Amino acid sequence: MSEGPLVTANNLRVAFGRGAHAIPIVHGISFTVGREKVAIVGESGAGKSTVGRAIMRLLPPAAHVTADRLMFREIDLLAASERQMMDLRGRHMGLIMQDPKYSLNPVVPVGEQIAESWRLHHHGRAARREAFDRTLAILEAVKIRDPGRVAKLYPHEISGGMGQRVMIAMMLISGPELLIADEPTSALDVTVRMEVLGLLDELIASRGLGLVFISHDLNLVRRFCDRVIIMYSGRIVETLAAVELDHAEHPYTRALLSSLPSIHDQKPRLPVMMRDPAWLSQSGITQ
Amino acid sequence: MIEVKNLTIRFGPDAPPAVDGVSFTVRTGEAFGLVGESGSGKSTVLRAMAGLNSKYSGEIRIDGVALPPDRPRSFFKRVQMVFQDPYGSLHPRQTIQTQLMEPLHNQSLERRPNAVEQALEAVGLPRSARYRYPHQLSGGQRQRVAIARALMLEPEILLLDEPTSALDVSVQAEVLNLLADLREQRKLTYVLVSHDLAVVAHMCDRLAVMRTGNIVDEFEAVQLRGGSVNHPYSRELLAASEAYGEAPRS
Repeated sequence: MSEGPLVTANNLRVAFGRGAHAIPIVHGISFTVGREKVAIVGESGAGKSTVGRAIMRLLPPAAHVTADRLMFREIDLLAASERQMMDLRGRHMGLIMQDPKYSLNPVVPVGEQIAESWRLHHHGRAARREAFDRTLAILEAVKIRDPGRVAKLYPHEISGGMGQRVMIAMMLISGPELLIADEPTSALDVTVRMEVLGLLDELIASRGLGLVFISHDLNLVRRFCDRVIIMYSGRIVETLAAVELDHAEHPYTRALLSSLPSIHDQKPRLPVMMRDPAWLSQSGITQ
Repeated sequence: MIEVKNLTIRFGPDAPPAVDGVSFTVRTGEAFGLVGESGSGKSTVLRAMAGLNSKYSGEIRIDGVALPPDRPRSFFKRVQMVFQDPYGSLHPRQTIQTQLMEPLHNQSLERRPNAVEQALEAVGLPRSARYRYPHQLSGGQRQRVAIARALMLEPEILLLDEPTSALDVSVQAEVLNLLADLREQRKLTYVLVSHDLAVVAHMCDRLAVMRTGNIVDEFEAVQLRGGSVNHPYSRELLAASEAYGEAPRS
């Protein structure tokens, strides 16, 4: 199977509003994602979630997305019809959001919600029965012990970690090639976070998926991802292999790393970031 | 010295206790951390200490004197609290100046015109911030305002409930530095609640680990840094924080 990248973005720009009042959020960034785990890291307002949503074309109408190229495999995402996008979303690319409490429907049992995401792409009477079987199978795949019982529960009856597994199950049931995970573990406790990340890792490896992992947490992505894209104020300031993070060159990346308190190394004071206006003028093109 | 003895808190008569017979002591001038995962009861303990929840059993003493569950007004001159989300704890439609003056007003103290300026300066905010509203400030600036407000009455004890968990790491570093400086300058005693072991290890001298309403372990921060904690749950927490939160040890 010859394969190009799953996602190609060339000079991607996003602005809210149009004309003279447009506020640029993403300033012409370029990157590719293959069947690998790529992190997009940055602080609040850096534009990382906006990039994730631009790929799914889930930004509100006020957002104006332009790019020289924005492709999912061979499909031009900017030219695709809404109907084509409906087919892509869920079936070919899935989005996992931060908090299952807000992204699950509170009045529908979770099993029903997972089955629905299969039935959106598979019609007919046979599909209904198959959706049920597949729901139980995928719940088992995300390591839920008693799928038959859990499928009947409502979102408020399950824990945060279980809710996030349900979200992952819902996104995986239609067998996508790409997952976009937007801070998928930020709402979870550390011990649960480890379980969910371990699970995600396993499923991505066994199914050969591509992952865009949006996070503010450099240490987390260093352990979890293959490559890291560092965003600052709508620009990519640096792209590097996760294992190379300690050798990051950009002062912003270095400042981010050093401003973290540590369990083991007592620093009398935490280094404070001096923001250099020159970071804003650099071009967003790094490979 | 703060002594918490056998503190038990229930929400509802039939509910299992959210805090179940918790005892600990915080020495004067110390920074004491309460660590735990969501639902462990750490914030519930802090709120009871702050006088925000008077329906507790057990005893809370400061310098040997037991506090009445309904705190007298004078208590708040000694003990103040800083909350997690400054956007939720500041009034959206009052200027910073009005909000900083409020503690003085509540205590019927003289409202010196330069009190606000001094408070803003102490937390590293420009004087012009006094005329601003919370939405005109950044998250880090808002948390500085919340700290300034807590300092208006010159308390001895600050209760800090996840003071930096809503902030970006670069801003967290600034706020943690500020808290460390203030503690040194004013000889404050801190009780810091956090889910983040690294923040507690950085800020505190001693800490207690809470789980399902109980303190399961208590040790010095030095032990945590050295990795020599004994209780299985503390070890689990430490391992989880190291695995996905902490830089690899070289």
